[in-house]
Amino acid sequence: MSDLMTWVSACKLDDIEQEGALRFDHSGRTYAIYRGPDDSVYCTAGLCTHEAIHLADGLVIDFEVECPKHSGAFDYRTGEALRLPACENLRTYPAEVIDGEVRVALG
Amino acid sequence: MGGIVIIGAGECGTRAAFALREAGYSGPVTLVGSEPHVPYERPPLSKPVDGAVQLKAICSAQALEASRVDYLQGVSASRLNAQERTVTLGDGRTLPYEKLLLATGARTRPLTCPGAQYALSFRTYADAAAIFSRAGDGRRVAIIGGGLIGMELAAVLRNKGVAVSIIEAAPAPLGRAVPARFAARLHARHSGEGVQFHLGQGVAEITDCAVHLADGTVVPAELVVAAIGVQPDVALAEQAGLSIGNGVLVDDLLCTSAADIFAAGDCAAVRQPGGGHLRFESWRNARNQAETAARNMAGGSEAFLAVPWFWSDQYELGLQVAGLPAPTHQTVLRGRDDGEVEFYLEDGQLVAAAGLGIGNAVAKDIKLAEMLIAAGVRVDAAALADPDFNLKTLLKNARAA
Repeated sequence: MSDLMTWVSACKLDDIEQEGALRFDHSGRTYAIYRGPDDSVYCTAGLCTHEAIHLADGLVIDFEVECPKHSGAFDYRTGEALRLPACENLRTYPAEVIDGEVRVALG
Repeated sequence: MGGIVIIGAGECGTRAAFALREAGYSGPVTLVGSEPHVPYERPPLSKPVDGAVQLKAICSAQALEASRVDYLQGVSASRLNAQERTVTLGDGRTLPYEKLLLATGARTRPLTCPGAQYALSFRTYADAAAIFSRAGDGRRVAIIGGGLIGMELAAVLRNKGVAVSIIEAAPAPLGRAVPARFAARLHARHSGEGVQFHLGQGVAEITDCAVHLADGTVVPAELVVAAIGVQPDVALAEQAGLSIGNGVLVDDLLCTSAADIFAAGDCAAVRQPGGGHLRFESWRNARNQAETAARNMAGGSEAFLAVPWFWSDQYELGLQVAGLPAPTHQTVLRGRDDGEVEFYLEDGQLVAAAGLGIGNAVAKDIKLAEMLIAAGVRVDAAALADPDFNLKTLLKNARAA
C-alpha cells in the first residue's frame, strides 16, 4: 500500500468539530475526514455507498457517521457499513495529526 | 406454499421481505408486485440524470433469490379472502397464506375536471419516463398541485430550462406538510426561478394546449401534470371486509382488523396513543413500518413508534422535517450561515423540528432533534436558539440522567 500512497495536508485539527466530520475535496475526488470523541482522526471516501450523498453533512456520534439523507451508517474507523440502506463498506484512508495539521494518505 | 405473502413490491413490501429473514423467519416469502420491473426506489424518479429517468433498483433479482424471496413481477392481487386465507392474483393463481402484509401503497388522486385525460400523473417509473421524455422542445408545463411532489418537479424542470406554472387551490403552496416559514422561502425561491404561480385557483378545464382556471385565466401548457396528492390503495382490504379509514386501519403492532393480516407504508393508517389514526407518506416511513411489521409477523410484539421524518430537495435547498409540526406549538428559531432550523415545543418538550438549508446543511440538527423527540427530553428554548450550542450536549445529558 505504501508506495502508491501520497500524504496530503488536508486541514487543521481545529477545523473539524470534535466528534464531527469535514468534507475534503482533492484531485477531483471527495473525502470525509473525521475527528473522534478522543481527538483521533480518520478518513473515508466522501460519498455514501448507497447514493452519492456527502457523509460529512451527516451526524457523527462516537465512531459512527450517519448518512444525512437515508440514515445508512458506517463505522468511520473501519468503513464498515452498520445500517441499511448502506450495505457496501466505505473505503478508508490512513490519517494522522502532526503539529495540529491533519494529513491523509490518498491513493 | 402458505408462509408469508406480501402484496406490493415498493420500498415497503421489498424491505419487509428482507426484514422477515433478518428477523429469523425461515418459511416461504412471496412478494407480489404489479409493476414490470425489479423493485425500485421512487425518490430518484424526480431526478433524471442527463435527461434520462433512472430506475434505481432497491435490490437485485439475485439478492431476492439469495434471501429465498419468491418475487412475482408484473402481477397484481385481485381478491383477498381473509376467512380462507387466500389471495387471488390477476393471472388467476390463488395463493394460500399463513400471514399477509398489505404494502399496496397509494395511487395518485385523479383530477375530475373536463379534459382530465390530458394530465399525466407522477408516481411510477412509467409516469416519470412519460413526463421527462415530453418535457423539453419548448413545451410549457403546468403542474396542478403545489405540494411537495409538484414543487420538486417544478425545480427539476426549471433546472432544465423548461417554462413551469404551478396551479394550487390553496392560497399558498406546500401548506399541508411544510411549516409556513419554510413554505414561504421555497415559494419565493421558485418565484425567483421564474415559476408562475396561480394560487387559490381551481381548474375548470384542461385542453391539449392550456389549463383554464375557474376565474377564466388561461395558462398555456403543452404538458400538464397532476400532482394533487395520493390516496391509499385500500381496494383489496376494503373488499375483504377489513376496517378502513384514511387507509387500512392498523393497531400499534401494524395488525389490521383481520387476524394475521398486517399493513404498512403509504396504505396503512396507524392507531395513535392519543386516539385516531395517522397515515404517513414517506420513504423512511415505508421502510420503518416494513421492519416493524416484519418483526411482528415473525412472532414479535413491537409497537411502531418511529418519529415521522421526510426530506425534500428543491434547487440547491434541502428541507427536512421530523415529527408533526403544528401551528399551536411554541416555535424556536435557530439560524445558521447555511440554513435555518425551527424547533416546535409543547409544554417545554420538543415534539417536532424542521429546517431548510443549502444541500444537507440542516440534516445534523434535524437528526439530533429527532433523537431528542424520541427520548422525550425537556429542552431549554434558549439553548435551541443558540447556533453555537451543540445540541449533542442535550442528548448526552439526557442519556446520562
